Amino acid sequence: MSAATAPPASLFDKSVPGRIGHRPPASDVPATDPAAVLDARLLRKQPAPLPEVSEPEVLRHFIGLSVRNHHVDRDIYPLGSCTMKYNPKINDAIASLPGFAQLHPRQPADQVQGALEVMARLEQALKGITGMDRFTLQPPAGSSGELTGVLMIRKYHASRGADRQTIVIPDSAHGTNPASVIMGGYRTVKVATDGEGRVDRADLKSKLGPDVAGMMLTQPNTLGLFEDHIEEITGMIHAAGGLMYMDGANLNALIGLARPADMGFDITHINLHKTFSTPHGGGGPGAGPIGVTAQLAPYLPGPLVTESNGSYAWEPGGPESIGRMHGHFGNFGMLVRAYAYILALGEDGLRSMSRRAVLNANYLKSLLTDVFDLPYGDGIMHEFVLSGRRQKERGIPTLDIAKKLLDYGVHAPTVYFPLVVPEALMIEPTESETKQTLDRFAAMLHEIDALVDSDPEALRNAPVNTPVRRLDETKANRELDLRWVKS
Amino acid sequence: MSIPDGLWYSKDHEWARLEDDHAVIGITEFAQGELGDIIFVEFPKVGQKFSGGDTFGTVEAVKTVADLFMPLDGEIIEVNNALDEEPDRVNSDPYGAGWLVKVKLSVPGGTGDLLDAAGYKELIG
Repeated sequence: MSAATAPPASLFDKSVPGRIGHRPPASDVPATDPAAVLDARLLRKQPAPLPEVSEPEVLRHFIGLSVRNHHVDRDIYPLGSCTMKYNPKINDAIASLPGFAQLHPRQPADQVQGALEVMARLEQALKGITGMDRFTLQPPAGSSGELTGVLMIRKYHASRGADRQTIVIPDSAHGTNPASVIMGGYRTVKVATDGEGRVDRADLKSKLGPDVAGMMLTQPNTLGLFEDHIEEITGMIHAAGGLMYMDGANLNALIGLARPADMGFDITHINLHKTFSTPHGGGGPGAGPIGVTAQLAPYLPGPLVTESNGSYAWEPGGPESIGRMHGHFGNFGMLVRAYAYILALGEDGLRSMSRRAVLNANYLKSLLTDVFDLPYGDGIMHEFVLSGRRQKERGIPTLDIAKKLLDYGVHAPTVYFPLVVPEALMIEPTESETKQTLDRFAAMLHEIDALVDSDPEALRNAPVNTPVRRLDETKANRELDLRWVKS
Repeated sequence: MSIPDGLWYSKDHEWARLEDDHAVIGITEFAQGELGDIIFVEFPKVGQKFSGGDTFGTVEAVKTVADLFMPLDGEIIEVNNALDEEPDRVNSDPYGAGWLVKVKLSVPGGTGDLLDAAGYKELIG
C-alpha cells in the first residue's frame, strides 16, 4: 500500500508528550484560580487529553486530509439538482472583510447597518428574480426552507379553521420533500409521473380533495423537464383550497426566463448554495431563503429586515409568524456571497448563466445518447437523467459505472435517483464547465461503456486510483457506528 | 430464479405460505435482488389488521425504501424480530429465515387473486 493510499493517521497518533504549538508570553495580569470563580461542576479533574502537536504538524495533517478529497475546484462534480457550479473566490474575499466577518449577531441594529443593507438588497434582488413579495433569509438550508414553507402552510390553514392532513408530492420528488412534509405534521400523497416525464394531471385530479393542504413541486422537475402545464397544476391546487410550494433546487434553469410567482406558486425556497454559487461541496453551510406572496407574508419567521429613510432595522415576527427557524438571522456569510454574485453578474449575466446552464446540459446530453438510454428527454433544461439499462443488460449496473468515473479523477453524477428512471444517472454540468471539460467527461463515459464488454472486471473492482477503495455501504448502514473512541 | 411451488405470489412480489391456521409472508427472491442489500425492515404491530393491498410495513435497502403490501386480508400474529439484527436474511433466504410476518387470515385457506408459481414466473418474465 503506497503512502498515498494508506489510511491517514489521526492527530492522536502524531502526538508526542511535551510537544506544544506555541509558547505564550508570561501573563502581565494576576492569575485567577478557576475554582474560585467557576462552578465546581464545570471544572476538569484531569486536563483534556488533546494531542500534543506543533502548528506545522496540524497544518500538514488537515491539508493532507483535504487533498484526498474531490472538490469542484479540482474537476467536474456533475451531481444532478445540486448545481455544483464554480464558487467565485471574490465572494469569499468580500465575505471575509472584517466589516462582515467580525460582526456579532447580537450587536444592536445601529452598529450593523451595512450588514442589514446587504440583507435588504439581497431580498430585493430575490424578489425581482422570483416575483415573490417578501422573503425570509433565515433558513440555513433548502430542507430547512421546505420545513419553513410547510409550517407556514399549516399556519395558513389553521388560521382559516381548516384541518387539512396531506401534501401532494410527485413520485420523482427529492427525499427532503416527503421528510419536510412529515416533519411539518402532514402525510404525503404521491402523484405519478406521466409518459412525458411530467406530473400526471389526471392522477393529480383524482387525488385532490378538501384534505389537501398543498403541493410541493420542483420546477423544472428532477428529470430536468419544465412542467409545461404548471399553470393548470397550480390552478387545480388553488381551486381545491391548497397552496403551491416550489422547491427551488432547479432554479438555475430559470433565472431571467421564468418566475415562480408568475406560474402560480405561493411559496418558494431558493438554494443560495446551488443557484447563487455559495460553496457546498464540503457540507456548506447552505442557505435556503423563502419567498412568499403577500397573503402569506404574515406567517414568515421573524425578525425581518425593514428599511425606512435609508436606515435599516429588525422588525419582529408578527402575531401570526411561525416563529424562528434559526438561532440568529441565517448563514450571514452565505448571504453576503450570494449578494456579491448577483451584483457581479447583473440581470444580463444571470440570464446568460441560466441559458448557458441549459445549453451545457443539452450539449452533454447529445454526446451521450448514442450509448445510454434517455427515457425522458423531451425538453431537457439544465440537467438530464440517463438510464444505465443497456449496460445493466450487458452485465454492469450503474453503480459500477459511477465507481469507475472516480478513477478518472471526477465526481460521479447522482445515481439511482429519481426513482422513476431505472439505473439512473442524473447529470447536471452547470454553466461553469467548458466545452473541453464536457467533451472529456463524455469521452470517459464512452470508454466505460466499452469496458462493459471488454473488461467488466475492471468496472466491478473500481475504483482503484482513489484514496480509499469501494466502501461497503451495506455494512456502514447495517452496523452504523458514528462514534470514534480514543484507544 | 427461485420461485418455489406451493407458495402463492402477489403482483407486488410478496409470497404467502398457507399453514394450518395462519399464513407466513415474505418478499420473493426476485424482489430482494431488485432492492439490493436489505439494511432495515419496519414492521407492523402484532394485532394490527390489514386488508389485501394495504401497506403493512417497509423494507429499506441502501438506495431505496419499498412499501410492503399485504397479499391477503388478515391480522398480524407475529413479526420476524430476528431481522432487527440480521436483515440480510431477507437477501440470503427470502423464503425461509427471511420471512417477514405471520398472519391469521380473514378467509382461512383463501388465496384471493394471488398467483401460483407458474403465474408469478410469467409475471416476472
